[in-house]
Amino acid sequence: MPSEPSDRSEPLVAEHVLEFPGGYTRSVGPVIGRFLTELRDGRLVGVRTASGGVLFPPAEYDADGEAVTDEYVEVGPGGTVTSWSWVSRPRATHPLDRPFAWALIRPDGADTALLHALDVGTFEPGADPPRSLRTGMRVRPSFRAERTGSIRDIACFRPDVTMITAPSRAEYRLNAGRALTRFLDGVSEGRLLGHRCDVCGKVYVPMRGLCPVDGVPTTEEVEVADTGTVTTFAVNNIPDPRAPQVPFVSAYILLDGSDISLLALVAGIDADRVRMGMRVKAAWKPREEWGRTMENIRWFEPTGEPDVPFDAIKEYL
Amino acid sequence: MGEPCAVIGVGQTEYRTKRTDVSIAGLVREAALRALEDAGLTFKDIDAVVIGKAPDLFEGVMMPEAYLADALGARGKPMIRVHTAGSVGGSTALVAASLVQAGVHDRVLVVAWEKQSESNATWALSTHPPLSPTIVVGAGGYFAPHIRAYMRRTGAPDHIGTLVAVKDRQNALKNPYAHLRIPGISREMVESTPMLWEPIRYLETCPSSDGAAAMVLASESAARRAPNPPAWVHGTAMRSEPIFFAGRDTVSPQAGKDCAADVYRQAGITDPRRELDCAEVYVPFSWYEPMWLENLGFCGEGEGWKLTESGATGLDGDIPWNASGGVLSSNPIGASGLIRFAEAALQVRGLAGEHQVEGARRALGHAYGGGAQFYAMWVVGSDRP
Ligand SMILES: [Zn+2]
Repeated sequence: MPSEPSDRSEPLVAEHVLEFPGGYTRSVGPVIGRFLTELRDGRLVGVRTASGGVLFPPAEYDADGEAVTDEYVEVGPGGTVTSWSWVSRPRATHPLDRPFAWALIRPDGADTALLHALDVGTFEPGADPPRSLRTGMRVRPSFRAERTGSIRDIACFRPDVTMITAPSRAEYRLNAGRALTRFLDGVSEGRLLGHRCDVCGKVYVPMRGLCPVDGVPTTEEVEVADTGTVTTFAVNNIPDPRAPQVPFVSAYILLDGSDISLLALVAGIDADRVRMGMRVKAAWKPREEWGRTMENIRWFEPTGEPDVPFDAIKEYL
Repeated sequence: MGEPCAVIGVGQTEYRTKRTDVSIAGLVREAALRALEDAGLTFKDIDAVVIGKAPDLFEGVMMPEAYLADALGARGKPMIRVHTAGSVGGSTALVAASLVQAGVHDRVLVVAWEKQSESNATWALSTHPPLSPTIVVGAGGYFAPHIRAYMRRTGAPDHIGTLVAVKDRQNALKNPYAHLRIPGISREMVESTPMLWEPIRYLETCPSSDGAAAMVLASESAARRAPNPPAWVHGTAMRSEPIFFAGRDTVSPQAGKDCAADVYRQAGITDPRRELDCAEVYVPFSWYEPMWLENLGFCGEGEGWKLTESGATGLDGDIPWNASGGVLSSNPIGASGLIRFAEAALQVRGLAGEHQVEGARRALGHAYGGGAQFYAMWVVGSDRP
C-alpha cells in the first residue's frame, strides 16, 4: 500500500550521541599531574615560569614557549575576580543549577587567572546580576568532600563572608497594670476614664495612676466625653497597616474634660482639610466587636461644629 | 565646674549609608585611633573610656560596650556606657568631661557610634507594644505635629524648613566626613521631594548613617603637653523632662531652656548670639533650626524663623549654625550628639578645615533626644576659662 506523501516543509532530524565509552584515558604529564594531585588534597598550586612569574593553573610551557621550572608555589586559596560573565539561565550541563557567573579568578600569589564558576547566592532564573558581583571581588574555592584530582574537585568559587544575618527575638508577657486595666475596662463599656490629680487638679486620660508633674499617686476617677478638639497633627504619607489609607492623619486630640491630648487617627475627612482646632468625635466600632482595647475606637471624625479658636488650644501644644 | 578640662583630640569616621567594610568594633576603633593621633597619644595613655550609642535595638547587640572594650583598649580601665536616646553623644561627652573636672582622670577617651545599616531605626522606634498602642511612625511621625504647632504659633512661612535643608547641605559639601553631599542642592530640589510626614519633606529629614566619632578629653596638665591646640570646656549641662504631662510645651520644652540657661551661666554668656561665634546644634528635621534658635535664646520667641530667613545662621552669617552640615547631612544617631560637640571643639581649635568659621573662639555643642526630652550642651573656647 503506498504511503502518504510526507510533509516536505518539516525538517528531518535525528538525535545522535558521540561518547567514547568510559572516557578518554589521558596522561597529564608531571606539571598538570602535580596541579591535580594538590587539588585532590584541597590545595591550589601554581608553577614558577623561567621568567619568575607564577602560572596558575600550571601549564607545561609558558606564553613565551619556555618550559616551566620545577618549582611549585602554593597560591590562594583566597583570590580576586578579574572579570566575569553572568549566566542568568544555566543549562543542564552547567556546574550550578541557578544563576551564576563564569569568572576569571586570580588566586593570591599567582600572576594569572583561572576560569571557574562563581556562586553568588540564590536567584530566580533570568535574574540580573547582583550589585555585589564585581571585578575586584574577593572569593574562595568551595572544594567537594570527595575529590579525585580533577578541576571539578572545586565545586565552584564563593564570595568571602562579609556579612551574616543575626536573627534575634525576645518574647514578652506585658502586664497592663492597675490603671491601664481600669481604663481599658472602661473602653470595653464605651466609656473614657481618667484620673484627676489631688495636687494640680489636672485630668489625665488615659490615667496612669500617678501625676508626672507632682509625683503623687492619683485615684479620683473622672469620665470624659468622646468628643474633643484637634490640637495639632501630621499628615502621614508612609503606609501603615493600622491606617485606613495613605495619606492618613495622626492627630493630638484634647478630649472635652481632659487636660492632656491623646494621639489618634482622624478620618472621615480629606487629609488636606484637617485643621488645628477642628472638633471631632470618636467613631466606635459596632458594640458587638468591642473588647478591652482602644481599637474599639476606629478613629475620630469631624463633628461639623465650628472650629475652636487657636487661643483656646495654644496652651496644649 | 571643678578642674579645667580640654578637648585635645578629635577623630571621626566618614559617615556613609553602609560601612560594610568594617565591623562595629572596627568602626569605633577607626574613630578612636584618629582621635588619639590628633592628641599625640596611644591607648596606653588613656585612663578611662566612656562610650555612648542609641538603643541596643538598632543593631540588636545587647550591651555592646562589653564587646567593644578590647577595640577601645579598655582592659584594666574603667569603662562606662551612657544612654540618653538621640542626645547620647552629647551626654557621653559630658560624663567623660565630669571625670576630668572631678580630678579623677587626666585623659579620657570618649566614643559614640551607630551602625544604622544593620537594621532600621524606624522599626526600632516603632515597636508597637500591645495594650497601649500608638499611631506614631518613627521620629518624623512624632515630630511633625510639633513642627506644625511651631509654624502656627509663630506664623512662620512654609519655606523656612527648605532654607535650612539647603544651607546645611551646602555646608556639608565643605566637610569631607559628611554623608549627604548633594552638588547643586537648591530650594527647588528640596521642594520637589515628597512630603513624608507633612509638614516634613524628604530632603528636610536627616539620613541614616553608619559612623563613629571620638574625642580625647584632658586635664590641664595633660592639655599643656598636647601637640595641637586644645578646646577648653567653659560650661556643661544636662536636663530632662517627661515626654507626657499636662501643660508641657512640646514646641519649646522647658528642659531645653533650663539646660541652655545653665550652660550659659557657667560660661558667663548673657547674649548667646553675640557672645558665641558658632554653634553645632542637633537639627534632625530642618524646622528644628528656628525652633531651637528660640529655645536656646539666640532670639526672642517667634523670631527664630526670621533669623534663619535673614541668613544669620549661614556660614557667612553672624552666628553660623551647623557649619559641618549638621545632623541633616550625617546621622549615625548615637554619634550625632558627639559629632556636634566635637565639631564645636574643632571650630575653636581652628581645625575645622574648609568649613572653619573664621576666628571662632567660642562655640556651643548641643544634642537632644527622645521626644525632645533629653538635653546635653557644652560651651567650648580657645582660651582657658
Ligand atoms: Zn498633679
